[in-house]
Amino acid sequence: MGVAKYTSDKKGRVTEVEYLSGIKVKPVYTPQDLESCGFSYDRDLNDPGEYPFTRGIHPLGYRSRPWTMRQYSGFGTPEQSNERFKLLIANGQNGLNVAFDLPSQMGLDSDNPQAEGEVGRVGMAVDSLRDFELAFKDIALDKIGTGLTINAVASIMLAMYQAVAQKYGFKKNEISATPQNDILKEIIGRGAWIYPPDAGVKLIGDTIEYSVKEMPKCNPVSICGYHIRESGATPAQEIAYAIQIANAYIDEVLGRGLNIDDFVGRFSFNINIYGNLWETIAKFRAAKKMWARNLSERYGAGENNKKVLFFRGLFGGGGSGLTKQQPLNNIVRGAYYGLAAALGGAQTTALCSYDEAYTIPTPESALVSLRNLQMLMDEVGLRDTVDPLAGSYFIESITKEMENLIEKEMAEIDNYGGMLKAVTDGYVQRKIAAQEYEFQKDLENGSRIKVGVNKYVMEEEESKVELHEYDEKMAEVKIAGLKELKRTRSTADVTRNLKTLEKTVKSGGNVMPALVECCSSYATVEEMAGIFKEVYGEFKEPNIF
Amino acid sequence: MSKNIRVLIGKPGLDGHDKGAKVICHALREAGMEVIYSGLHCTIEQIVSSAVEEDVDAIGLSILSGAHILYAEKLIEALKKAGATDIITFVGGVIPERDVAKLKELGINGVFPGGTPLGATVDFLKKSTGDK
Repeated sequence: MGVAKYTSDKKGRVTEVEYLSGIKVKPVYTPQDLESCGFSYDRDLNDPGEYPFTRGIHPLGYRSRPWTMRQYSGFGTPEQSNERFKLLIANGQNGLNVAFDLPSQMGLDSDNPQAEGEVGRVGMAVDSLRDFELAFKDIALDKIGTGLTINAVASIMLAMYQAVAQKYGFKKNEISATPQNDILKEIIGRGAWIYPPDAGVKLIGDTIEYSVKEMPKCNPVSICGYHIRESGATPAQEIAYAIQIANAYIDEVLGRGLNIDDFVGRFSFNINIYGNLWETIAKFRAAKKMWARNLSERYGAGENNKKVLFFRGLFGGGGSGLTKQQPLNNIVRGAYYGLAAALGGAQTTALCSYDEAYTIPTPESALVSLRNLQMLMDEVGLRDTVDPLAGSYFIESITKEMENLIEKEMAEIDNYGGMLKAVTDGYVQRKIAAQEYEFQKDLENGSRIKVGVNKYVMEEEESKVELHEYDEKMAEVKIAGLKELKRTRSTADVTRNLKTLEKTVKSGGNVMPALVECCSSYATVEEMAGIFKEVYGEFKEPNIF
Repeated sequence: MSKNIRVLIGKPGLDGHDKGAKVICHALREAGMEVIYSGLHCTIEQIVSSAVEEDVDAIGLSILSGAHILYAEKLIEALKKAGATDIITFVGGVIPERDVAKLKELGINGVFPGGTPLGATVDFLKKSTGDK
């Protein structure tokens, strides 16, 4: 949830408006404001498709191509996920965004005792290549890009994606996967980490190095401000931290002797749609510019190829913005979130479904979210012209303010010693947890308004929404399948490939080629992840209280 | 009185969404309680054994993955095993209304689905530990 803070006088007139990032909004903006913040068209905006890309990366914006719609989906068995994928594709969705269950995210097979009750619950259960074969059956992997919401074991799932594509006759250079693969945000805000942060960053370096050479259409890392914001960071912190996380990964890859321009163009971002419309738009526009500036000024990137400076992002809304109360309101909220994304120039977008505060979306509610995005492009007019708010006294003033705030937050991380250290020590986690608590108090005392939650509240019977039923039997079927797999696969091949993987991990070499071999011979996720765990150890959370 | 209340907030299982758990930790601490946070990826056995070791008055579990019934059953069982059934238990997170009664039947003393005011948990703990 999240909205600005409003102060009113006795007559109910709004006297003060303050955004989450701390921007104070004036009642009226004039040309004077642009002048006093030093706004320059050439320096701050420039034309669409030109540095610093505040107005977007395509000269013709959505006219040349509408946004990619990539609704998050996947649950239960791979067969069920496959059905949902096909439903979304048949209805015009042009990219997949795969959810994994928690055991898969944590590198555990379905038969691990710790997986009990979680198999297939919040996403698809993946133990081996066999599951990917079922999930991606009859899907044109050379035409559809696939987001894989996976982090600690992203290297394994990326290798598995290559293995399944090759199995179905696609070449590795024509497939496009976007594993999330952002372990630092995982430690800050989503919690599916396994190994210590430095080992996690090393594995990310491996995936980047490998895919640049072998799978050039893949986007090996998608840095998620999204989850950092949802954990309590301000919108300005969200962008600053995301860029600083990217810098940590860049430094890892540069350390291997690669040239910045050869890989950084494949980085992508996952940014949160949240709360106030104007602050969100300013955030998106500022993010594009700050990323380009960061790359250009810090790393000297993009001198021969400006494309590597593009902020390529999935702008997604917005799990915590949706309310459990009056769930149908979330359809309307989603429309505004979609509007914010379009006005901010999102290239790819995804919206949570209205029932998502309760449950895994039904096919109907997932479809409403997709239609919402389609309406914006095809019916309402968001394709008409590029960056329609450019030049607005108000929007440009707060975009500049947002940039300054992002810069300040980035400097704080630099002064601390960089993002890897700030996350390893719990510095960022401590800060945003405290902010989130203050925010919750503001919601409870009504100084921030959330409709249906602390204003226009109704007594309501809970659960007008249909709940997604978790099938307890599914785990049994999954475990039986795993047993069968282990019985029928070539144990000699698996053992040999796992040995090679172990050697590679110990020697510090790039793990990807060995992982592809392991996946192709049906080694399980836990077998591969177990080797990492053995060599790297497990992360111990810093105490943040 | 409330300053002596000791609470362990536990995050069982594999789910890593702990914003709510951390917010509750802050709220209970601000209300004068002593709060221990288990951290992520704990088993119920680990949570119960540290609760016994730390001699807490209450254990709160934060569960968002949908597996709340399973963890509640395990918690009650583990407390029985440890001879620590006097510890107050409560659960928060993504809990559908229809499961609230079920959790209470299993022996969970307080259930706080997402959206419950922070004060409700504080009051519950003050009241239920005072009743002891």
